[in-house]
Amino acid sequence: MTSLLETEDETMLRDAARGFLTEASPVRALRENRDQSRAYDPGLWREMAQMGWTGVLIGEDQGGADMGHRAAGILAEEMGTTLAASPFISTAVMAATALRNAASDRLSQIAEGGVTYALAVDEGAKHNPAQTSVSAEKSGNAYLISGVKTFVADGRSADRILLLARTAGSAGETAGLTVFDIDATRAGITRDAKPTVDSRDHARITLDNVEATGADILGTLDDGMTLIARALEAGQAALAAELSGVAGGAYAMTVNYLKERKQFDRTIGSFQALQHRAAHLWSEIEVTSSAIINAGRVLDTSPKEASLAVSLAKARATATAKLAVSEGVQMHGGIGMTDEYDIGFYMKRARVGAEWLGDYGYHAARVAQARGF
Amino acid sequence: MVEETTEQSGFRSEIADWITANCPSSLRSEVMDENLIVWGGKNWKFKRQDQKDWMEAAIARGMTAPRWPVEYGGAGLSRSQEKIFREEMARLEAPTPLESFGLWMLGPALLEFGTHEQKSLFLPPITRGEIRWCQGYSEPGAGSDLANVQTKAEDMGDHWLVNGQKIWTSYADQADWIFALVRTDRDAPKHKGISFMLIDMRSAGVTTKPIRLISGKSPFCETFFDNVKVPKSYGEGISSIVGEVNRGWDVAKHLLTHEREMIGGGARGLLGGRSLGDFLSSLDDNILADPVIRTQAMELEIDSLAFAMTMERYKDQAQSGRGVGNASAMLKYCGTEINKRRYELLMSAAGSEGVEWDGPHGALAPEWLRTKANSIEGGTSEVMLDIISKRVLELPGK
Repeated sequence: MTSLLETEDETMLRDAARGFLTEASPVRALRENRDQSRAYDPGLWREMAQMGWTGVLIGEDQGGADMGHRAAGILAEEMGTTLAASPFISTAVMAATALRNAASDRLSQIAEGGVTYALAVDEGAKHNPAQTSVSAEKSGNAYLISGVKTFVADGRSADRILLLARTAGSAGETAGLTVFDIDATRAGITRDAKPTVDSRDHARITLDNVEATGADILGTLDDGMTLIARALEAGQAALAAELSGVAGGAYAMTVNYLKERKQFDRTIGSFQALQHRAAHLWSEIEVTSSAIINAGRVLDTSPKEASLAVSLAKARATATAKLAVSEGVQMHGGIGMTDEYDIGFYMKRARVGAEWLGDYGYHAARVAQARGF
Repeated sequence: MVEETTEQSGFRSEIADWITANCPSSLRSEVMDENLIVWGGKNWKFKRQDQKDWMEAAIARGMTAPRWPVEYGGAGLSRSQEKIFREEMARLEAPTPLESFGLWMLGPALLEFGTHEQKSLFLPPITRGEIRWCQGYSEPGAGSDLANVQTKAEDMGDHWLVNGQKIWTSYADQADWIFALVRTDRDAPKHKGISFMLIDMRSAGVTTKPIRLISGKSPFCETFFDNVKVPKSYGEGISSIVGEVNRGWDVAKHLLTHEREMIGGGARGLLGGRSLGDFLSSLDDNILADPVIRTQAMELEIDSLAFAMTMERYKDQAQSGRGVGNASAMLKYCGTEINKRRYELLMSAAGSEGVEWDGPHGALAPEWLRTKANSIEGGTSEVMLDIISKRVLELPGK
C-alpha cells in the first residue's frame, strides 16, 4: 500500500490553499453570497483559475497543472473548512475527468477558467445513475433529448452541461447510456433554481426535445456509464474530502468555543461530558482522514480500481461530517441555533454533501459489494 | 511513494532468503493461534521441535529483537530495515519466533532509561528466551488511577523490603521476573514517590494466584509481596531500580504508550485478512439477508477498513521518525471499540449457537466476553478520551 503520509509538496499545497481561502473566502463570504442571492463569487473562481486549481486534473499540454486527485482532495478539503463555494467539484474535478478520459479539446477552456460545467445525472431524490430514463431518441442524424434532471449542482450557473441520457435499453440498465456535452442555453432546456439549505446553486433541468448531434457525444455512444462512473468517482472522492474539511471546520469552531465559553464559573471545555464528546469527534475525524487520503492515492495510481476506496471515503466522510455538525451545534448551545453564528452553515453544507453523488447507504452498499458481502 | 534504495532491496532479498532457509515450512502459513506463541522462560517447554529450531535460528542472528543493539542480543536493524523484515515475515507467513513482555516492554524501557550494566545483564537473556518477565502495574486500588500505587518498598540499607499486592499481572505464574511499580516515598505527591523495580519471582514471599474471568480461564494473576527482600544492587552498576529512585512514573508512562499501540493494533487482521462478509457467511449462508445484521456489518466493515488505514498511517509516521505521541490514545480507543462491535456482531450472527461454551463456532463465546476487557486494560476508553481532550485538544483542566 502506498504511504498515506502527506508529502512535502502536499503540505505546501495545503498551506497555500489554506492561506488563500482564509483570506479570500472565509465563512463570511458564504453569508454574503447568500444575502446577495448568488451561488458563488466569480472573482473567487477567477483567482482559483489563476492559481491553477481549475486545471488540477488537466494535463499540462492542455494548460493544466496536472497535480492529481490527491491534490484535488486537498483543495476540496480546504474549501470545506471555510465553506468556500465554487463550481470546483463539478467543473475542475468531474467534468475535467470525463473530458480527459474522452480526450476532449475543451479541457483547455476548463483549465483557464473560461467555462464551468454541471453534471446532470440524478432524476429522483436518490443518486442512482443506472436508473437514468431521460431519453435521447434518434431522429435522422440528430438526437432529441427529453426528460427531467434533478438536484443538478451548479446547474443554474454552469455554461455547459454533461448530460447522462438513455440512447438504448431501459431504466436500471447500465448499458445504453450516453453522455452529451452541451451548451446550457441550448433551445429546449429550462433551468429552474431549487434553492437548497446550503445556499449553493442547485437546479432542476427540464429537457424538451433538445437537439443534439453525434458531435455532442462525449466518449462512446451507449457506453456513457463507463465514462461518467470515472467522473463520478473523482467527484465523490473530492466531495468526501470537502466533507472532511467541513467536519474539521465545525470541529475547530466548536473546540475554540469550548475553550472560551464560561458557565457555572467554569470554562465549559473543562466539563468531562463535553471533553469526551470532543475527543470522540476528533478521533472520528482522524480515522476518516485516512480514508480520504487513501481514495486520492488510489485514484492517482489505479483509477480503474478505485471504487472501494472512493466509496469508503464518501461513506466515512458523510458520517463524520454529520457527527461533527450535530455535535458542533449541540455543544454551542443556543447560539449555535442562531443564523448570526456560523456553525449552522456547516450543518447545512454537510447535509447537502451527504446526499450529493450518493448517500451513506449508496456507498455502504458499494463497499459491501467490493468486499464480497 | 519513495522508491527503495539498492541497499534496501538488497536487504529485502537477503532477509527473505534467511527466513526461507531458517523458518521451517511446517510453521509457515500456520493459522495464528494463541497456543502457538513461543513465550520462553525457565518454565517453558516446547511442544514442537520446529518452533525451537526457528527460535534458535532467530537468536543466532539477533532477530528475536531486530531493533535492539547487537551487543545486547539484538540485530541492530534500522527502522526501515525492521519494516522490511516485518513485511517479509508477513509475506512469507513466518510466525514471530519469540514473544514476551521482556521484548515488548521491559526491553524498550531499559534501552531508554537503563544503565549499560543493567542492559548487559537483563537484555540478552530476554532475546534468548531464557528469562520471561511479567508486568506489575495495577493494584486493587490502582486501576485507571494507576499512580495510586500502594505496594511499598522500604529502604532497609542494602535492600528494599516490598509489601503489597498487584493485580492483572499476566502470566505471573509462568514468569521468572517481574518489573513492578512500587512506592518508595510515601510522603511525596503520588506521581513522585514511585519507582520502577526489577524483582526475581523466586524471591521468598512472592506468591501468585490465577484470576478467573467472565470468559473463563485467563493468563491474569494476582501477585502478592509479603516481606520480600529485593537487593538494591544485582552487581556493579546494576541497580534493581530502572531510572532514578522515585521517578518510576516517567518509565511507566513511556511504556504505557507502547502498550496502547499494541492493544489498539489487536483489532486489525483478526479475521485473517478475510472480509467480515466472508466471515459472517461462513457462520450462516443466509445471515447477510437479515437487514439489521447486514447494515451493522457494512458499517463495521467501513469503520474497520478506515481504522486499518489509520493504523498504517500512524505506523508510517512513527517509522519516519516523527512521533505519534498522545494520538496513540486514539488508536487504542478506536481499535478496541471496533473490536467489541465486531464480536457483538459475530455473536448476533451466530445466534443461539454462539452462546454455547463449546459450540460449533469454537471459542466464539469466550472470545466475545474477553473483548469486553479491551477497552479497560491498558487504560480505559474513558482514560483515552481524557488523554485526547487534555493533551491533543488542549481543553482546560478545571
